[in-house]
Amino acid sequence: MNGNRLLYSGAILSIGFATLFTYASPLVLRSTIDSIIGDKPLTAPQILINLFTYLGGVTVLRQKLWYAGLLLVVIALFRGCFNYLTGRWSAAASESIALKLRNDLYARLQKVPVPFYFRFKTGDLVQRCTSDVETIRKFFGVQVVDVGKSLLMLLLVIPILFSLDVKMAFLSLAIIPAIITFAIIFFLKIKSKFTIADESEGSMSAMLQENLTGIRVVRAFAREDYEIAKFEEKNRLYRENVFNLIRILGIYWGLSDALIYFQTGLVLVAGIFRVIQGEITLGTLVAFMTYEEFLLWPIRAAGRTLTDLGKAFVSIGRISAILDAPLETDSGWSGGDSRIIGNIVFDKVTFAYKPGETVLKNISFTIKAGETVVIIGPTGSGKSTLVNLLPRLWEIAEGSILIDGREIRLYNRYYLREQIGIVLQEPFLYSKTLQDNILLGTTNIQNENKLIEASQIAAIHDEILTFEKGYNTLVGERGVTLSGGQKQRIAIARTILRNPPILIFDDSLSALDTKTETHIKNALSNRKGNATTIVITHRLNIAIDADHIIVLENGTITQQGTHAVLSESPGLYKRLWELQTAGVNINNPVSTQTGPEGSWPG
Amino acid sequence: MAGIEFLKADFQRQLDIGTWKMILQFARPYRNTMLLLGLFMIFVAGVDIVMPLLTKYAIDNFIVPVKSEGLFRFSILYFSIAIFQALNVGIFILLAGKVETGVSYAIRRDGFKKLQELSFSFYDKTPVGWLMARMTSDISKLSEIIAWGLVDLVWGSTLMAGIALVMLIMSWKLTLIILSIVPLLAWISRKFQVIILRSYRVVKKTNSRITASFNEGILSAVTTKTLVHEDNNFHEFEKLTNRMYSASFGAAVQSALYLPLVQLAAMIGTAMAVWFGRKGVISGDISYGLLVMFLSYTGFFFIPIQEVARVFAELQNAQASAERIVSLIRTEPELFDSPESVQPAGRLRGRIRFEDVSFGYVGGQAVLKHFNLTIDAGSTIALVGETGGGKTSIISLLCRFYEPNRGTIFIDDLDYTKIPLEFLHSNLGVILQTPHLFSGTILENIRYGKLTATVEEITEAAKSVYCHEFIAQLPDQYNTEITEGGTNISAGEKQLISLARAVLADPALLIMDEATSSVDTEAELLIQRAMEILVEGRTSIIIAHRLSTIRKADRIIVIEGGQIAEDGMHDDLIAKRGKYYQLYFHQFQDQAAIMTLQKRK
Repeated sequence: MNGNRLLYSGAILSIGFATLFTYASPLVLRSTIDSIIGDKPLTAPQILINLFTYLGGVTVLRQKLWYAGLLLVVIALFRGCFNYLTGRWSAAASESIALKLRNDLYARLQKVPVPFYFRFKTGDLVQRCTSDVETIRKFFGVQVVDVGKSLLMLLLVIPILFSLDVKMAFLSLAIIPAIITFAIIFFLKIKSKFTIADESEGSMSAMLQENLTGIRVVRAFAREDYEIAKFEEKNRLYRENVFNLIRILGIYWGLSDALIYFQTGLVLVAGIFRVIQGEITLGTLVAFMTYEEFLLWPIRAAGRTLTDLGKAFVSIGRISAILDAPLETDSGWSGGDSRIIGNIVFDKVTFAYKPGETVLKNISFTIKAGETVVIIGPTGSGKSTLVNLLPRLWEIAEGSILIDGREIRLYNRYYLREQIGIVLQEPFLYSKTLQDNILLGTTNIQNENKLIEASQIAAIHDEILTFEKGYNTLVGERGVTLSGGQKQRIAIARTILRNPPILIFDDSLSALDTKTETHIKNALSNRKGNATTIVITHRLNIAIDADHIIVLENGTITQQGTHAVLSESPGLYKRLWELQTAGVNINNPVSTQTGPEGSWPG
Repeated sequence: MAGIEFLKADFQRQLDIGTWKMILQFARPYRNTMLLLGLFMIFVAGVDIVMPLLTKYAIDNFIVPVKSEGLFRFSILYFSIAIFQALNVGIFILLAGKVETGVSYAIRRDGFKKLQELSFSFYDKTPVGWLMARMTSDISKLSEIIAWGLVDLVWGSTLMAGIALVMLIMSWKLTLIILSIVPLLAWISRKFQVIILRSYRVVKKTNSRITASFNEGILSAVTTKTLVHEDNNFHEFEKLTNRMYSASFGAAVQSALYLPLVQLAAMIGTAMAVWFGRKGVISGDISYGLLVMFLSYTGFFFIPIQEVARVFAELQNAQASAERIVSLIRTEPELFDSPESVQPAGRLRGRIRFEDVSFGYVGGQAVLKHFNLTIDAGSTIALVGETGGGKTSIISLLCRFYEPNRGTIFIDDLDYTKIPLEFLHSNLGVILQTPHLFSGTILENIRYGKLTATVEEITEAAKSVYCHEFIAQLPDQYNTEITEGGTNISAGEKQLISLARAVLADPALLIMDEATSSVDTEAELLIQRAMEILVEGRTSIIIAHRLSTIRKADRIIVIEGGQIAEDGMHDDLIAKRGKYYQLYFHQFQDQAAIMTLQKRK
């Protein structure tokens, strides 16, 4: 920020100089007209009069009028240089502020704890990081300098005006307070109109977006006309609101122009009158007319400047909400190069997202290293919550979770997460190539064979090869859309490649067809013992081979045990088992002959 | 065609008149408004020209002869002109606003209508985000440039021409001296406006990438944490923000350079006017007032040049938008009603026949080859088989989302290309894997199936597919708002609502594409029961991975490699021990094996 302060000082200083030179040219013009071309005595600071005489006085200068012309050009040159420096330095300052804000925001958003994301909507966060940063950037890039310039102008111009002629000076400033007041009141009033126009645009875009994403439904119900009528309404409303806004702006600019012309007219008419009276010179009048122009145009924009100032303050507040959010801690035992073994103990764990709304109650179980555990239970019973506690995505309030006998909160968070591979229910694929997505999260560079091996285990390799660009296919690229099942399998490949001592599948096989599911299941069971594996699923055929099954209902464990035990004891598991196997008639020839298993490579 | 559009260069060197003509068609209803707008801009420019003349008049008639006679009349005139100008300004803003909003309204309306007609093959190639950008920002940009570009062009040219004319009349010598600087000024303006706009384009592009990165960074947050990838993400992001810094700083420096250059050129003009003007004043050829007026005109002359240069640069800049919009509106739907299409009386019965149908997606392999299939009206058939076998293509063809490359599909023994598309669709009910609900209440969503349905009919429909029960338990019941990503309603419940919507539509043909694959076991059971109700009295085609869903179908058809591999009832196919048998028992192999084990115990 120190560098920026320097830049700003430079920018404001140079705009000061630029302004000075801007004011100098009317003075030069005035002297030229009055004293060189005309015959009025020169009124100027002594030093200038000395210079004037030194150059040879009126007679010589009248012959060599190019001096005056040259002076005008030189002044313009200086003014241009300083204007350029102002622009350059204020851009350097505001852009580096924006750069720092963007970087800080992104870094902060990467490292805030998970609950933070649930407090905000994604769109809202993105807006804070983009439009609010833009508002602040504009404020620092344009407004700070503009406001500084306007203030400087007033400070410089008012004394000049008064030094030229006191009465004229009062006249030149007469209507300005009214113009400023009008501008401020107007912009405060129109704010709501802006909001209305923005909202109707948002509602129109939202409808358009929904229509385009749901185009299949629209067509299937032959609702094109209905949709067209609906859009027509939104489109019409948007037009109306924007037009209303423009109409009011038209009234504003018309009125403020009238005020400005009135002010200029006042100076002109009164000035002419006073020149005739012999109270002021023509040159003075011309100078007043020129200064009036300088004064009026920034003042005309004052209302907008002030509203922008207000907006910038609001934006700073909205950004602070992110920048002030506490980070995830990264202290604790980080194990060095060692791998954890994978013994997991939940001891009376209770968890709530919001106080009073307990999601998990008194959860206790033990998993030995290398075991495969299946968690089943209805939607909303807390299965995902339970596994998300292990990598400390959420922190438990009561009870304790131990990995290899050590409480997880004593581990360094990042070390812990590196040891746990979790395939989320809705895995995220980054807009990179498929290869980059699969390699993402593996610290050491893997050879191609391992990449392919992981993809084969996840049953995605063959499909990737059918894409035109194979592993170099960009995710989210135009035209290439991956199905839910494909995304899940890529996430599985990515996780397997990391080869973590603890593997968690959070309902990651739900979008797969049965054959693919079985293939993955078999491939994984070949690696059994490699990692402690926790699988959340709705399909019980995965549970059959598990070392341990946990049945979760309403946040509590209602049943635990192996398939053989649970399928015989009354409870949810048995009910679900019967439901899912209802189609299999056990008197069918399956048990008496080779069966179809042999014909599938599994 | 849309595919090629993506690759189009964004900044065209030459203006394409044809494209702009097409865009201007949308402004045709506003022709009179635009003429009026042009007239008012001439007024505005006229007053801008007259104002310095007034000053000259005052100096020459009051100050030089030192008399105040007529000064009062002069002030009346001055203030009347000021009020006239204020009115002009108000009115031209109003008119330009009318044109801007009107044109964008018209383009949007036509664009939306076109989007409702275009075939799915178009949607396959064109991402929704791309279409959104065309329909929102591109259209806004174009209508803005049509309205306000006209304002600036008319004002700028009138002002330049007017000032030049007045100056020529007053003193052609002085005028020529001052005008000699104009070509230089025009050249600088033109160059710089193009350079600056180009730089801002880069800034804008980088900015949208930053926005996308923030979006991705937030959406991927949990995944990133589980992969411990925060720092790598940040380093990638940092590259982007650094690029943004240099791009926007560069653009700002260019802008900062431009204005001083213009001012300098203008001041050179002024200095020349002083230099050459003084002789005339001294010799008495030129009045004081004239010199002062000339000086203010030179300063004045340069603003319109800047404006006109800017408008041309912006037109160039908007060329790409214009082309994209024109290409969207000109896109012809690949499927349309043939002139001989006749709407059958009443509703379709639902007898379907595929006759020697071949089909492949554009640029892809053939999915169906010489495919034949007949489905009796009112029967329920199930399509099973591996992904990629052609099941989805069969129903897409049947819905006429696509048309066969070869062969014919008959519905009720009519070539279905002779049935009006809208009539076909109104006889069709489609349940997709992931139900698409619109934002709005549950009631409104079910009503989408039949717009005239009463609340009773809607409740009735909901009851028949078992979704009344859970709706009744919601705090707002049928008035519960369905929100994007809303958590108040589960995936299974959404599917039930979409079933109720289909029931209400009462289609002759019902198609269900893996309706149960994204829901949990209990919801699946409910949906299955609802489906059994739904298939009654209509031709139904069901695609399912979970084969337990379809055991009751009248016919099960196994599709493999675009061909019918097996066709029959569940029991027959099981007895046959072919593909279906394998698929079926594969799904249950684990359960079956365990059961066998248990039996042995």
